[in-house]
Amino acid sequence: MLHMMQRLQQQAIRPTRRSFLKMSAVAAGGLVIGSHLPFSPARAAAGAGDDMFTPFVRISTDGIVTVLNKHLDMGQGNATGLATLVAEELDAAHGQMRAEFAPADVERYKNLAFGMQGTGGSTAIANSFEQYRKAGATARAMLVAAAAEAWGVPVAEITVSGGRISHASGKSAGFGEFAEAAAKLEVPAEVTLKSPDRWVYIGKSFPRLDVPNKTVGAPRTYGMDVQRDNMLVAVLTRPLAFGAKVKSFEASAAKAVKGVVDVIEVPGHGVAVLATSTWPAIKARDLLEIEWDETGAETRSSDALYAEYREMAEADGPVFRDDGDVAAALEGAATVVEETFQFPYLAHGMMEPMVLTIHVEGDRATLWYPSQFQTVDQGTAAAVLGIPQENVTIETLYGGGSFGRRTSPDARHIVELATIARLWGKSQPIKLVYTREDDTRAGYYRPMGVHKVRAGLDADGNLVGWHHRIVQQSLMTGTLFEQYMVHDGIDETSVEGVKDASYAIPAFKGELHSPKVGVPVLWWRSVGHTQTGYVVEAMIDKAARAASADPLAFRRRHLEKPSGDAARDKDNVRKLGVLNKVAEMAGWSGPVNGDRFRGIAVHKSFNTYVAEVAEVSRRDDGTFKVENVWCAVDCGIAVNPDNVKAQMEGGIGYGLAAVLFSEITLTDGHVDQLNFDTYRPLRIDEMPRVEVEVLASAEAPSGAGEPGTPPVGPAVANAILAATGEVPATLPLTNHGLA
Amino acid sequence: MVRLNINGEDREIDVDPDTPLLWVLRDELQMTGTKFGCGIAACGACTVHLDGTPVRSCQTMASDAEGMSIVTIEGVDGKAAKAVQAAWRDLDVPQCGYCQSGQILAATALLAETPKPSDEDIDMAMSGNVCRCATYTRIRAAIHRAAETMEG
Ligand code: FES
Ligand code: FES
Repeated sequence: MLHMMQRLQQQAIRPTRRSFLKMSAVAAGGLVIGSHLPFSPARAAAGAGDDMFTPFVRISTDGIVTVLNKHLDMGQGNATGLATLVAEELDAAHGQMRAEFAPADVERYKNLAFGMQGTGGSTAIANSFEQYRKAGATARAMLVAAAAEAWGVPVAEITVSGGRISHASGKSAGFGEFAEAAAKLEVPAEVTLKSPDRWVYIGKSFPRLDVPNKTVGAPRTYGMDVQRDNMLVAVLTRPLAFGAKVKSFEASAAKAVKGVVDVIEVPGHGVAVLATSTWPAIKARDLLEIEWDETGAETRSSDALYAEYREMAEADGPVFRDDGDVAAALEGAATVVEETFQFPYLAHGMMEPMVLTIHVEGDRATLWYPSQFQTVDQGTAAAVLGIPQENVTIETLYGGGSFGRRTSPDARHIVELATIARLWGKSQPIKLVYTREDDTRAGYYRPMGVHKVRAGLDADGNLVGWHHRIVQQSLMTGTLFEQYMVHDGIDETSVEGVKDASYAIPAFKGELHSPKVGVPVLWWRSVGHTQTGYVVEAMIDKAARAASADPLAFRRRHLEKPSGDAARDKDNVRKLGVLNKVAEMAGWSGPVNGDRFRGIAVHKSFNTYVAEVAEVSRRDDGTFKVENVWCAVDCGIAVNPDNVKAQMEGGIGYGLAAVLFSEITLTDGHVDQLNFDTYRPLRIDEMPRVEVEVLASAEAPSGAGEPGTPPVGPAVANAILAATGEVPATLPLTNHGLA
Repeated sequence: MVRLNINGEDREIDVDPDTPLLWVLRDELQMTGTKFGCGIAACGACTVHLDGTPVRSCQTMASDAEGMSIVTIEGVDGKAAKAVQAAWRDLDVPQCGYCQSGQILAATALLAETPKPSDEDIDMAMSGNVCRCATYTRIRAAIHRAAETMEG
């Protein structure tokens, strides 16, 4: 996911206190009555006096409290999470809370970790924790002030609980009764937030607000559900090789399909069929005959790329970490272990394929879709259409998954649809539907990669040196994030998880090669960590084995020793916390447990610490079945612990699918996989039993959507190492008779 | 032109008979609860009941469903469906939720046939329904819970 978090956090544009309070004024004051805002926030952004309009909370006369979610909820639960924060400070009842997506408006709704409106890097709760609680507290203070005035009693004598405002005299009212009066009051300059011991929802229970609709197939929930009057559906055929161009195409058979309106070339993107509904568009697309010009396109095959990468892994590269003298340390080591790892491209494969709808009317445009990166998308649509950015309205809908896919720095999906709309020229809504095949083949993959590690141990079995080379395409180079995320040739997202590897190792050298490949790559649930976490944790087990040490004891030993760096030492305290907890949960007594094998791994990502134990059994054919996974997580304050558990369960299943089955491969530059038959997902009979514990913590909340994913791969790898004596170093496991 | 009985209602729809039922529901009838995930019967997001049996509507031609009773997520009802939907809510099963219409219809059909399913029964009945958010542990738990409430 968008993960410039750590970097951008320091540079984020934080709202001034004054602007915050003004924003809250209307939020609370939003106390905006009824179901309609007085004017649309998108227009408000351009108008005078607009900062009197509040973005986060709206209370209507029927007592319904609507929380405007500045983030995209694609399953991680942030719509409920942010509503929890507001409800906590507002002392509202769960039943009166609603969640709605905020419009595109960077000034009001920016992610405080990025300075842009967008969702990623597992930042939704972390960056909103204070902001949304303050919004709730502000609204509460104004409701109380209105009640005090109406009842003629001092503010201090009024209590609020479970959505009721009460006074000892017996007077009592719901929020709706004072919504209107409260909205007219002055916004308090200061609000006091509850101390954690008074929390009734945070860290406790607040069932998800989006779940009821998602159990009845409610209309207008997802991007795919968008229907507009007079709408056309577009299906776009993209080139088979990335970077190829249309040479010629024959569309007469396609045009003959009933319901097809036109077939148009979309320069730089492919050929689009426009139809009155989805099926004719899909059917007609299959009848297109397109000749592609692959001059200048990426036409290498995966095998050739792997060979190039493996060669690069043998050569020196730009250095991202250099502690001590690694050459000397490895030279003097009693034992050196070595391994080269290989990771394939991965598609995100979220359940709802990419989809978005646009309606251009004169110099204005409206988009309906799960927008994960409103600021970039809005600017991109405006640029393609040649209209002012503020004339682009985005109505965000729930995303049927994303795992990073719905946001890309080049907003390719927006460019495609805006270009189609511009070429079509008529003011008519157009919905661009990716079929599963389109979605699988369109690129924007987790990059493939090769890691080579040499680790040295002294005679006592202590790590003395670690030399780590990474070969991986850069995510950030050439994007608007390059200036923040790429320094001296090092893309931080390629090295995260290795650069901050925190085991006590006196000599540590990291080098990165960033080959240029014409395959578009993108952040994929946990970004660099699925590769780096796998390599570091699998190598640790390999080293432990060479030292004849128990993998848990070996980890503890190298986490308990001072690492020579204060930040890493701090990490190690929390890593030990989750490691010890998971060992206790699993009843760890070593990697062999009867006829089952166990692996353990711990990793930090997005400031969250997760340790997992995987237990596998061996089938008669030599493949392995993952039977159980235990998981301990420390994500600081868990706003909604049950949702954190759900994210760990899901993150484990998602990571497991990748390790066991998933890969995108290229033959002469053409993607070999098309659909779920060849890009194999995890199914229910392949899901292990999962047990999660969330550690109690007073630290600031950190991410939950991504950090559950990285440790499962190495935990499984280490269990297989225990069974076979070999680290599975080339993924996915199914290619090697292991899954 | 096809004649279909959907959620107890007779409908006449002007589409080519080879149009998949999925797209008739979604585009012609605006019943978007039935989801498009793969189009090749590999994910189960488009599951509906045809005479009580779960089928993949993306691979069912509209004309093949004529004369049968079609039930979608918008219309599914009865003891098993109610128990399943309640258990789904109690355990907060959905994450993104996009697969869940299909999961709920598959689980409802399972419980109508097998009121007390074992884990193996669940694996058999549910393995055609992919959840990329991997909510499988909760799906399993919710099916067991629904089975209990149906008993009680
Ligand atoms: S959409 Fe029908 S099974 Fe996937
Ligand atoms: S809940 Fe997202 S695919 Fe199942």
